[in-house]
Amino acid sequence: MPAALTLRALTAQQDQLAPGHGLCAGCSESIIVRQVLAALGRPAVVALATGCLEVATTRYPWTAWQVPTVHNAFENAATTISGVEAAYRALARRGKVSGEPPVFVVFAGDGATYDIGLQWLSGALERGHRFLYVCLNNEGYMNTGAQRSSATIQGTWTTTTPVGTVVPGKPQWRKDVTAIVAAHHIPYVAQAAPHHWKDLMAKVQKAAAKQGPAFINVLAPCNRGWRFEPEETIRLSRLAADTCVWPLFEVDEGAWKLSYRPAQKRPIVDWLKAQGRFSHLLDPQRQDLALEVQSRVDQEWQQLLSRCGSG
Amino acid sequence: MTTTIARRGTKRPPVPGTPVAMNGAALVAHAMRQVRPDVVAAYPITPQTVITETFSEFVANGRVHTEFVPVESEHAAMSACIGAACAGARVQTATSGPGLALMWEVLGIASGLRLPIVMHLCTRALSAPIDILCDHSDAMAMRETGWVMLVGENVQEAYDNAIMAVKIAEDPRVSLPVANLLDGFVVTHCMERAELLPDDAVTEFVGEYSPTHPLLDLQHPVTVGALDFHDYYMEHRRQQEEGMANAKQAVEHAAREFASLFGRSYGLLDTYQLEDAEVAMVVIGSAAGTLRMVVDGLRREGVRAGLLRVRCLRPFPSQEVANALKGVQRIGVLDRSLALGAAGEPLWSDVVAALATHGAGHPVTGWVYGVGGRNTPPGQFRQAFLALLDPATQPGRAGYLGLRERR
Repeated sequence: MPAALTLRALTAQQDQLAPGHGLCAGCSESIIVRQVLAALGRPAVVALATGCLEVATTRYPWTAWQVPTVHNAFENAATTISGVEAAYRALARRGKVSGEPPVFVVFAGDGATYDIGLQWLSGALERGHRFLYVCLNNEGYMNTGAQRSSATIQGTWTTTTPVGTVVPGKPQWRKDVTAIVAAHHIPYVAQAAPHHWKDLMAKVQKAAAKQGPAFINVLAPCNRGWRFEPEETIRLSRLAADTCVWPLFEVDEGAWKLSYRPAQKRPIVDWLKAQGRFSHLLDPQRQDLALEVQSRVDQEWQQLLSRCGSG
Repeated sequence: MTTTIARRGTKRPPVPGTPVAMNGAALVAHAMRQVRPDVVAAYPITPQTVITETFSEFVANGRVHTEFVPVESEHAAMSACIGAACAGARVQTATSGPGLALMWEVLGIASGLRLPIVMHLCTRALSAPIDILCDHSDAMAMRETGWVMLVGENVQEAYDNAIMAVKIAEDPRVSLPVANLLDGFVVTHCMERAELLPDDAVTEFVGEYSPTHPLLDLQHPVTVGALDFHDYYMEHRRQQEEGMANAKQAVEHAAREFASLFGRSYGLLDTYQLEDAEVAMVVIGSAAGTLRMVVDGLRREGVRAGLLRVRCLRPFPSQEVANALKGVQRIGVLDRSLALGAAGEPLWSDVVAALATHGAGHPVTGWVYGVGGRNTPPGQFRQAFLALLDPATQPGRAGYLGLRERR
C-alpha cells in the first residue's frame, strides 16, 4: 500500500536515507530523495548515477542508504536498473526471489540525464523496463563545481559559461527533456519540485503503480551552484513554479495535465534576482537578455498550457 | 603435452557429446543456452552478430528462459550486465572490436565490483581504418581491465571455454569477469566438426550460481559501487589482484573437472613439440593450427621446432611460460596486433617479462602477423622460424609477416 500523504503518517516512517551524509547544508537532493522513498510504501532498489548524491551518500566504508543501492557509472544508471529489473524477473520466475516486488528507482542529475546519459535513458525507456527514473535537476554540473548543462537556461553564469566582456553567460536556451521522454510514450512522465511535496509524492505513487517506465523531472535547487542562502531552498523551489520557469505537470498515459497554475504568474526577474548566478542580468545594459529569458519562459508556458488543453 | 584437439582412439569420456558441423559463433550460442544465464544483454556487431542472433532465436523459441535485454549499444550491454550481476543473476554478453572499445569504461567496473560476468569476445581489428576482420587489438586493449581472458583456437575450444568460463568466474576465490576469446571469422564463421555436449551435463557442470551479496536480498540491503579514495582504493585493487592470481588455479581446476567428464583436457598453455625444441614460436588463437603444420614440416627437415600456445592471457601464466621455454635457445613471439610506441608488441612484452622474471632470459624476437584480418600462409610463418635460426636475427621487433613495404 502506498503511504498516506499526511504529515502525521509520513513522519512516523523510518527515513530510507540516513542522516550523516555529506550533502551541503541547504541541498534539496536529500529532501527530494526522502520524499520519493517515503511515498513508495514498498521496498525500493536504487541505482545512482555519478553525481552529488552518489558521492555524498556512499563514502566507503559508510553508506546513508537503508535500501539496496548500486552505483555503476555516470551515464548508465537507467541501463543499470534495466539489468537489475531484468534479473529480478528472471530470478522471480525461477523462484529465487520472493515477496512483494520492489520498486526500481534511479536517481540521476541533469548532467547524467540531459547530457551524458540521454542515450542510455532513451534505450531503457524504449525497452519498457518497469522503473521510476527521478532526475534531480539542479540545472548544471554541480558535483564538479557548477558547469553548464543542457538544462541550464540562457544567460546563466556557470564556470564554463562565465560572464565575460564578450559572452554574457550561457548563450543557449535549455532542452526540454521532459517532452523528449514523453515522446517515448511511456506510461507516466511528470515535472515536480520539492516545495510542493504532496504533488511530488502523489506523482511518485502514480509512477510506481505503472507497469512500465516512469520519469519524474524534479527541480533541485542548489544553493552553491545557484548562489543563494541555504535556508532559501524551498522558497526558490516555489519561486520557480510561480514564475513558470519550472512548471509542474504530468503526462499520464499520454494525457498532459497541469498540476499547478499560479494565481498570479510572477515576472522572471523575481527568479533572476533571487540568485547570484543571474546577477549580471539585472544590469540595465543587459535588460535585453533578461527580456529574452522572459519571452522564452512565456513561450514554453503557453505551449504547455495548450498541450494541457488549458490555453 | 596437452593439445586442444580431441584425439581419435582415446577412450570414450564418461559424458560423450554429439558430433555437429557448426561455426564457432553458433556453437558458443549453444553453450550460452546450456549454462542457462538469467540475463543476457547484447548488441550485435560483426563478427559477433551470429551469437546474438542465435541466442535470440533460442529465447524466441523458449529453448532457454533467459531475460534477453536488447540494448542500444555495447556500453549499455555491459552496463545492464553489471546491474543484473549486482542483482545476483548469472549474466552473459558478447562483442567484438569497436564494441569492446565502447565498453571500456564499464569493463573495469564489472571487474572492480567483482562480478562473474562471462563475455564472448569475437576478436576484431580496431578503427581506424575501419576493418571488420580478425586481429587482437581489441583483446590487447582490455588486458589491464581485470578480466580473466581465455583464448581458444578453434570452434570446439571456443565452446569448451564458454562452459568452463562460468565455473571460473563464479569460483568465490576468483569472483571476476571472464572473457572467452575466439578469433573473428576464423573461428566465429568457419564451420568445423565439433562436439555438442548434452544440455543437462553442461547445466550440471556449471551448477547453480549463489551470489554472496545480491542487491535483491531486500532483507540485507547493501550499497554496491561506493566511493573510495586514498584510504581504501589501494586495498580494494590489491584484493582484485588476489582474485586474479587465484584465477590461475581456477582455470586449471575447471579444466581438470571438464576433462574428467567430457574427455578434452586443457591447461594454461598448449605445447606442441616443445620438449626438445631448439627454436619455438609463442602465439595465441587460431594461428596455432597453421603453426603446428609448419613445425611438422621443419621437423621433417631436421629442425627441432616447437610451438607454445598461450590459452590463458590473463592471468598471464608467467612461471609456466618460462618453464615451458626453459630449454629453447631461440624464441619468437607472434603478435596479431601492434603496441604503437611500446618496446614491443603485447604478447612479446608478456613473454619477455616472464622470461626475465623467472630466470630464463633468452633473447626473444617478435613479429606482427595477420593484422586487420590479413591471411598469413604457412610459408610466412616458416620464414620467421628460419629467421630465428639465423644468428644475425636480433631480439626485439623483427618486423611484419606479409607486409607490402613501401619502395
